Amino acid sequence: MENLFVNTAGSIRNIMENSGLSPLLSDAVLVMFKLLAILVFVLINALWLVYMERKIAGYIQCRYGPNRVGPKGLLQTTADIGKLISKEIIIPRGADKILFLLSPALIFAPPLMVFMVVPFGENMAAVELNIGVFYFLAVASLSTVIFWMAGWASNNKYSLLGGMRVVAQMISYELPMVLAILGVVMITGTLNMSEIIRAQENTWFIFTQPVAFLIYFIAGVAECNRAPFDLAEGESEIVAGPFTEYSGMGFAMFFLAEYANMVLVSFMAATLFLGGWLAPFGLTFIPGWIWMLLKVYVLIFLFMWLRWTYPRIRVDQLMGFGWKVLVPLSLANIFVTGVAIKVLDMIGW
Amino acid sequence: MELTLEAAAFWTLAAVIIVSALLVVTGKNIVHSILWLVVTFLGIAGVFIMLDAMFLAAVQVLVYAGAVCIMVVFGVMLTQRGSMEKSSLFNKRVIIAAPLAGLILAVAGFLAAVSKESVPLSGGTVPADTVSSIGEWMLTRYVVPFEAAAILLLVALIGAVFLAGEVNTDADGR
Repeated sequence: MENLFVNTAGSIRNIMENSGLSPLLSDAVLVMFKLLAILVFVLINALWLVYMERKIAGYIQCRYGPNRVGPKGLLQTTADIGKLISKEIIIPRGADKILFLLSPALIFAPPLMVFMVVPFGENMAAVELNIGVFYFLAVASLSTVIFWMAGWASNNKYSLLGGMRVVAQMISYELPMVLAILGVVMITGTLNMSEIIRAQENTWFIFTQPVAFLIYFIAGVAECNRAPFDLAEGESEIVAGPFTEYSGMGFAMFFLAEYANMVLVSFMAATLFLGGWLAPFGLTFIPGWIWMLLKVYVLIFLFMWLRWTYPRIRVDQLMGFGWKVLVPLSLANIFVTGVAIKVLDMIGW
Repeated sequence: MELTLEAAAFWTLAAVIIVSALLVVTGKNIVHSILWLVVTFLGIAGVFIMLDAMFLAAVQVLVYAGAVCIMVVFGVMLTQRGSMEKSSLFNKRVIIAAPLAGLILAVAGFLAAVSKESVPLSGGTVPADTVSSIGEWMLTRYVVPFEAAAILLLVALIGAVFLAGEVNTDADGR
């Protein structure tokens, strides 16, 4: 069980090599296979999370949530997707047509690219990258431009306002996120995600870096544009922000990308702070990739819990909180971590 | 096989970089220019990846494609124009621009001709971990330029805060 996926990949490789493909080509095909598997994984997760979100919202608000389509309403999202696909895609007359259609197509690319280096279990990263964490930060920052592109191309004042809000918010919260991750990188001295997980063999970093975890989690919620930081699409102020003019599948792509981003941020949090695939209390009979998924889903539940508990905050509160609380706090965390590493080194701990 | 693949990848990237860079300059709509600029920067990151400089590629994406272009977006946000159609126009200052461009080309060409030393692109093995050696050099051999850049950025930061604060008090009429 532990090596189920690793063995599958190995046997696919063997089959290809035996049928006479060159090593380079079979490597390339194998990577394609892995990326396809990740794509399917992300899409199924997004489908399931939409359902989960509605169910949790239901329970928190003392109602049932979707319960008509399929057993326990499980096919609700599938039906929704069918509906969205069959809907007309409306392009406003004043819109910048190419950019308008390009942004929902591109919005899925950055999260998918980052999933390439996520270690789903031991030896289960599609690409073992030396600078994995840094790669995550770099590629994830690209989605800002795509959101803004959507907001601008719609040629609608609410879209533009929403797009600008996304830009301001993502820039402001990327900084504390990077600085929080730096604490972990300082301890491990590596940017490789698998090695960061292996460094947590004895203690998870949530215990040695609790402040960093908190900052990372808050910044992560903000980066995903989720409540209480969902000002970008605050429907009471600016209709739906950058997505105002989108209909049908274009809208659905943004919606699904939000969930893909949420899964991604949770995977990163589990990797950096919760020990990734490592089993707590020596419960190693459960395979590592199941532990990883469990940790990710606990974090996702937290995300949803937050969303249905807290009201949306104001724009000035958002900026003030980011720059005046999170950034100084994460800088202080780096300082304390540095001093602690030196001191512990000196007393030979 | 591998060499031709590499050459094909390089020429594709080069074509993407040059075409998108030209589109940045010739585009009449500044928003399109920014987006083409992102494509240019991503192409350059691709060249870094071809040279096995993964860290530099990531820096290229994070700093240039991710941050610099966003700064331009903020600039656009503050532009006061009714329509974006003609936000990045051509002008007729050929008398100033042409000698300047010629001078830059001449200097670059002169330096390229003078430098005899050819830089080997391939051959030497790339260390598996480029990050730590970059970090080490930044804090030893290149510590002065590194710190100078840090001070420059700090000055820019303080200046921006100061300017923004001034605008605020004006707006309130105090």
